[in-house]
Amino acid sequence: MRRGIAATALVAALGVTLAACGSDDKGSSGGGSKSSGELSGTVTWWDTSTVGSEDKVFKKLAEDFTKKHPKVKVEYVNVPFGDAQNKFKNAAQSGSGAPDVIRSEVAWTPDFANLGYLAPLDGTAALKDEGDFLKQAAASTKYNGKTYAVPQVIDSMGIFYNKKIFKDAGVEVPKTIDDLKSVSAQIKKKTGKTGLYLRGDDAYWFLSFLYGEGGDLVNADTKTVTVDNAAGVKAMKVVKDLVDSGAAKTDATDGFNNMQTAFKDGKVAMMINGPWAVADTYAGKEFTDKANLGIAPVPAGSAGQGAPQGGHNLAVYAGSKNLDASYAFVEYMSSPEVQAQTAKELSLLPTRTSVYGEPDVASNELITFFKPVVDKAVERPWIPETGSLFAPLVTEYTKVLTNQTSPEAGVKSTGDAYRKLLKGWK
Amino acid sequence: MAVETSSQSVAKAAGDDVARGRSRGTGKRRGKGKCSLATHWYAGAMVAPVVLVIGVIIGYPLVRGIWLSLTDANERNVERSIGVNHIPATYEFVGLDNYTAAITGDQFLGTLGWTLLWTVACVSVTFSLGLGLAVLLNRRIAGRSVYRTLLILPWAVPGFVSVFSWRFLYNKDNGLLNKILAGGGIDAIPWLNDPTWAKVSVIAVNVWIGVPFMMVALLGGLQSIPGELYEAAEMDGANAFQRFRHITLPGLRSVSSTVTLLSVIWTFNQFPVIFLLTRGGPGEATQILVTQAFKFSFEISPRDFAQSSTWGVLILILLMAFAAVYRRVLRKQGEVW
Repeated sequence: MRRGIAATALVAALGVTLAACGSDDKGSSGGGSKSSGELSGTVTWWDTSTVGSEDKVFKKLAEDFTKKHPKVKVEYVNVPFGDAQNKFKNAAQSGSGAPDVIRSEVAWTPDFANLGYLAPLDGTAALKDEGDFLKQAAASTKYNGKTYAVPQVIDSMGIFYNKKIFKDAGVEVPKTIDDLKSVSAQIKKKTGKTGLYLRGDDAYWFLSFLYGEGGDLVNADTKTVTVDNAAGVKAMKVVKDLVDSGAAKTDATDGFNNMQTAFKDGKVAMMINGPWAVADTYAGKEFTDKANLGIAPVPAGSAGQGAPQGGHNLAVYAGSKNLDASYAFVEYMSSPEVQAQTAKELSLLPTRTSVYGEPDVASNELITFFKPVVDKAVERPWIPETGSLFAPLVTEYTKVLTNQTSPEAGVKSTGDAYRKLLKGWK
Repeated sequence: MAVETSSQSVAKAAGDDVARGRSRGTGKRRGKGKCSLATHWYAGAMVAPVVLVIGVIIGYPLVRGIWLSLTDANERNVERSIGVNHIPATYEFVGLDNYTAAITGDQFLGTLGWTLLWTVACVSVTFSLGLGLAVLLNRRIAGRSVYRTLLILPWAVPGFVSVFSWRFLYNKDNGLLNKILAGGGIDAIPWLNDPTWAKVSVIAVNVWIGVPFMMVALLGGLQSIPGELYEAAEMDGANAFQRFRHITLPGLRSVSSTVTLLSVIWTFNQFPVIFLLTRGGPGEATQILVTQAFKFSFEISPRDFAQSSTWGVLILILLMAFAAVYRRVLRKQGEVW
């Protein structure tokens, strides 16, 4: 009997483990387009936009696709950004449960393409007016001479600040890291609040500091790993110093939510963030008066200002049963009309040059602020491994911020991991 | 009432003895062994589906896992076929390279150390608390059934719900725990942001989830100890501690050895608590062997299936070794398991 219990328990435990690994999404159900011209079937779209603000707009836009193609049903699924990359890989690899269209972060796109998960879009309906796309936005969609995605939005990062707190403390927007420290100290003294929220659980937020010191993760032209050079060490020391000196607070878990909550409630005066957070920030009680939110370029390091260029693409799953409808959906979601709509309602930056000419877009303060930032933003090398570079970095970055390792040792382990990943690189 | 209970347990204890005697006796079994296939064909037929299902859901993955651990398979070189794209398998057999790499690398042994510490800490604390509560609830106290129900609650709540609630409680700025501490004038504790506190936090949650099972199992064990033994000991002048040490503990041995073994295996492989609470962080501070194996095959890119399976096989070997040693120790103490 006892043995029975043990065996049952073991089987149950295994069952739990298996369930934890399995993906639970149903694949898009058949249909398929008819060659006669009219599209039909279901297009499942995995969106990764911010829940509570962006997702509502995207859901509505996606469902409006039915107005153009009445026989196509759009199934909108919001997948949390943090889970989407793994979830898609699980589904794509196993061949079941993957969506027809995925909103793929720029760094994921070459990785997915390299693994054979994406359908090439050259010559399909998805790529309309290709020349209209911003060059830096289109860069991440190309792999091995083919195009695997269509740019949906482009972004970069800036420093968001609470104008009221700045006024109470009598400080100006910091332009350099040194400014940032003195401004934070002043804010602490006058208002008792923390100056900056620094994300400690996501290495993307570290890039501005790395670029600011003149560093980079890798140099694809010379096939060299550069994260562990002097600039990398310096950048790691800068962020550690910001936290140790009390100028910034950080978290190793739930960083994005904690950051948004702290900033929206006026508990911190500044955060580094991108256009995707604007709509959510406006929902906070400190920003019921939208004019209270200030946005400025990220503070410069010793080598100048540098923010990463990011954004999202729309890619079609190679195993989609509904390729033609999916291509049409991608074309629609990246069309000037839809981009103008998301720019207007969410202040997201369009990827089409023509959209910037629209009056609504041209007069949008946030977009006019972010456009020059994006133009100057640092592009990453679009190699298949780009999406793999963050995992080792974030572990070491968190370790440095929580005093488990030194800045030197942290970047060194990251560099070693990169050399293991990039065979033959220096 | 009391008499009835004790007479029942005496009968039960006696029955137990008989059962033991029979299973140890070898004569009967031998006699039947000869034509067992012919007489017990139906037993075989009954068992067959189970064997088949277990073979499919456990046997196949196990064999495949062992095979993958002897290759250099990763996400890029395994076979897959997506729509029009068909990518053939290009991974190769590499022998025991993965095992030597895992054992000589600094990551495996470091993670193993923390996994052992985590297991020992969780099991010992859970067992002590569970035993304490069981002894408490075995007495006649007012509202006993209410306490019992309340104490089982953590077990009834789905694991991920508990863990997420704990994550909210642990939140540094907005969590309830730090708000309570602030009320007492104590500085906020960085529960999940400091390596040491994160370790304490994950252990606390696992203990919270594990205590009900221990309590219920041990309570059952306590109720099967005949009351006469306590009465006799009391007559002989044994104090409470002596009664606990010489009657309760030996009386519980068969139950406690089983729950300890189960608890060790569960805790060693306790995936959800650590994964959902800290994802192994901050850094790698709370990463145990299973969460690290999961990380290899699901969180890094390209996914390293070979290394992940290697860790999985090593975990299996460790647990099998533990169970074998444990069983031998129990047998020496006269337990049949």
